[in-house]
Amino acid sequence: MQMKEDSNKPDTNGFTRRKFLRGAGITTAGSVLLNTGLLAADFHSAPETGSYMGPDAVTVQMQINGQMEHLTIEPRTTLATALRDHAGLTGTKVVCDRGSCSACTVWIDGKPVNSCMTLAIDVGGREVTTIEGLAPGGNLHPVQEAFIEHDASQCGYCTPGMIMTCAHLLKENPNPTLEDVKIATRGNLCRCGTYPHVFKATLAAADKMK
Amino acid sequence: MDTRKEKFPYGIPDHNLTEIEREIPADEPPAWPVNDQLQEVGKRRIRVDARAKVTGEAKYTSDIRLPGMLYAKILTAKVPHASIRNINTQEAEKLPGVHAVHILRNEDNSYPDVKYVGQPVAAVAADSLDIARQATRMIQVDYLEKPFVIDVEQAMKPEAPLVFDAPIARQADGGDVGVVHDGSKGQGNLRGPSTSSFFGGPRGDLEAGFSQADVIVEQTYRTQVQTHVPLETHGVVIDWKPEGMTVYASTQSTKDVRDELADYFDLPKSRVRVICEFMGGGFGAKHSTSPYGPVAAILSQKTGRPVWLMLERKEEHLMAGNRPNSIHYLKIGAKKDGTLTAIQQRSHGTAGVALGAGVGRVAQILYECPNFATEQYDVLTFAGPGAAWRAPGNVQGAFGVEQAIDELAEKLNLNPLAYRDKIDQSEVRKVLRQRGAKQFDWSRWKPAGSSTGTIRKGLGVAQSTWPRFVDLDSTVEVKIYRDGAVEVRSGVQDIGTGTKTIMAQIVAEEFGLKTADVIVRIGDTIFPDAPGSGGSKVTGSITPPTRNAAYKAKMELFKQIAQQWQTDATKLVASNGMILHKDDASKKVSLKEALQRMRTGQITASASRSDDYGGFAQPWGLAHGHLGSVQFAEVTVNTDTGMVKVDRIVAAHSCGRPINLTQIESQINGGVIQGVSYALYEDRVMDEATGHMMNPDVDRYQIAYSMEIPAIEPIIVEEYPALSSTDAYGIGEPANIATAAAVANAVYNAIGMRMYEIPITPARILKALNHLDQ
Repeated sequence: MQMKEDSNKPDTNGFTRRKFLRGAGITTAGSVLLNTGLLAADFHSAPETGSYMGPDAVTVQMQINGQMEHLTIEPRTTLATALRDHAGLTGTKVVCDRGSCSACTVWIDGKPVNSCMTLAIDVGGREVTTIEGLAPGGNLHPVQEAFIEHDASQCGYCTPGMIMTCAHLLKENPNPTLEDVKIATRGNLCRCGTYPHVFKATLAAADKMK
Repeated sequence: MDTRKEKFPYGIPDHNLTEIEREIPADEPPAWPVNDQLQEVGKRRIRVDARAKVTGEAKYTSDIRLPGMLYAKILTAKVPHASIRNINTQEAEKLPGVHAVHILRNEDNSYPDVKYVGQPVAAVAADSLDIARQATRMIQVDYLEKPFVIDVEQAMKPEAPLVFDAPIARQADGGDVGVVHDGSKGQGNLRGPSTSSFFGGPRGDLEAGFSQADVIVEQTYRTQVQTHVPLETHGVVIDWKPEGMTVYASTQSTKDVRDELADYFDLPKSRVRVICEFMGGGFGAKHSTSPYGPVAAILSQKTGRPVWLMLERKEEHLMAGNRPNSIHYLKIGAKKDGTLTAIQQRSHGTAGVALGAGVGRVAQILYECPNFATEQYDVLTFAGPGAAWRAPGNVQGAFGVEQAIDELAEKLNLNPLAYRDKIDQSEVRKVLRQRGAKQFDWSRWKPAGSSTGTIRKGLGVAQSTWPRFVDLDSTVEVKIYRDGAVEVRSGVQDIGTGTKTIMAQIVAEEFGLKTADVIVRIGDTIFPDAPGSGGSKVTGSITPPTRNAAYKAKMELFKQIAQQWQTDATKLVASNGMILHKDDASKKVSLKEALQRMRTGQITASASRSDDYGGFAQPWGLAHGHLGSVQFAEVTVNTDTGMVKVDRIVAAHSCGRPINLTQIESQINGGVIQGVSYALYEDRVMDEATGHMMNPDVDRYQIAYSMEIPAIEPIIVEEYPALSSTDAYGIGEPANIATAAAVANAVYNAIGMRMYEIPITPARILKALNHLDQ
């Protein structure tokens, strides 16, 4: 079938979407990790399978929120689409679909990534945490509680990504300053302009977690 | 209609609070005291849907997944002006997973002419979005390209290619779009002018006014096109079954979408149900689902399956609306004592292929001036249609007017705040200026040029006005249940402003409950009709019927209890979860038990928005008075790099009786941040050679992110106009109008060069400073 061959060929500029995604995806929400040199580290540690899959659906297994899932997806499927359209986890939002806004932030092995820039097949065998997995058994994460208390959502569409970013910050830095919170969320777009309450909530959550 | 007299709090607490007697409908509740004496209203309460939002459980339109659902993708035009000779969909239809392809056609079956890049041409429904995307790329469109024009000033020239060669009526979508005209007048691509608003037309005699002036400011101010970028793009999920159409819509108006689709497909309104439980931002552009809504409906009809159609980000920038730009000429004259003698205004702006690019009513009504005239022109261009955008027109207008007032103050050698005290008649803005100036410490203000060195600081102030709009077609139902539930229902949607929560607060106040005890079911057209979220009118329209319906249901319950107690229902009160007898402490029952004693399983009461007490300024729902705002800005300018940083904004606002202080502060923060973003960063960049938008994303289209957020200090001034049973009004639009002007005035104060054009980019700052050095 003509289609099958074509879709595996690199396009004219010699750079496939897949290769591009592999480099850009497993990095970070926003530009945070650019500061810490992890962008380059992740680029080099990205898995190299050396073979082509698809375009027919393949089965990928990954741990999602502590649950082993087997998803049958086309290889071009992003992690965001796999979560939203195949695993029924629509808490993760797609806003820009190009790694600019961090609304789709989930954790892979505990690190925040843009799931719209990550291919699901590259996540095979790893552990994915989404907003739905942040409150196991309905016990809210302190950041979620603080977001409620300090009204850190208006329309709420950026909220899942924002919380995944802020909860990760507090894992890494239990004593953040306002500036630290701003830097951590600087890749997260909120169009309603709820940032002041996001900052307040995150600092309050840090205090509570002590 | 039976009426009774009732005394209401009237005025501003700690300033001029008094009482006023109003004649009100007999079945409306007694006057509430000021917020101090209420339990739930006027307090900080957690959003009733906050938990759903922080856990990811909230289902937005884009999250709807129905059995058998298909995903649709629109193919958009890649050229700005063309007729279409042929569209070949054969290959796309053959792609496995594709269920339907739809081509947009005119009524006579011809292809519509393309008038802008991004205009929908065709659409595909498929098993997945990836397949639908792939299929749209396989559709071949044969364009006969035609000349086009993008730039406003080029488009005004007589030889410019015509966007339409006949009068047009298409207004920018949504709510109040500023000063409008019917599109029938004008030559070439020029339409208009509009010379009046619902506040009237020209006043006095301009020439006579300017001849009395001792000082005159005459300038042209320019603003850019701003796109909306709600995080959830526009979209619908439509399930069209023979018995009717169910539409999940990311919309600011369930009612308008129902009417639009019923009208489009000639269906009875009762056969179209529109649902919007959670909505990911709108800012004015989501009143209509045109053009994508009908496309999704047709695809659902063709396939017999539910169809999901959300715009992609690029499509949202191109086709779903924008704030038109403006070239805004102002001439304002004043006497030596500051009295304004004449205001002349003329504007040109483009809403692309639509009308609605005015500069609003700020110049007309913010300050008293006997001689006034405006001419607001639309310029048609080959670009996507504009739409209402948070205070449409007026944000552009305020950017010019409030700078011109500062320029006048400087010519008169007056402090800009003192000058506003002199010429502004509004009592509430006087209080806003006083409280704002104190919080901001305006006494630090020094004339422009006082700050020297590489890093310069500046202070600025600007103010605005917004009407109190009321939609009389606003109905609410309150149901109380024998099992103890108290529920409020309405078709109104909560677009993130907190409508659900304020409705719960009001019902809770009436029943002596806690806000969290009230069940809120809204955002569905099976519930009573309610206003669209536009014009900041929802709070002022929906809270009085919410209270009145709750009161009616409560009185029905009281009647039944009073009968058992052999007393009169008017003797009972609900407080703290109890029903009490005012004069007999022995008579009390918990609300829960009282509900169990109801004669029927439920009591339902409904109420519609009644006329304002004392009537309206305009009978369609323009209320007396206005919503005030005064904003103070503190900026830093780096004269080496041209970078501007907004350090701090003090935003003083009034919105009648505040219902939820926290939510109001959230909205003020949002309005200020969008204003800062508009003043400094956002700009739709069009390539004039190709007609393409060069930055249809969220990285090259620059928006303020966390690092750009100033310290924001909202001040909320309670004001009781005694116009309805809640006296509450919205804050959405007022929060956004003055910011860009305040920032521009502060930048001038910092560097001594005035910025007549936004966004205030480093390049523009450096250009201005070089000019200064010459």
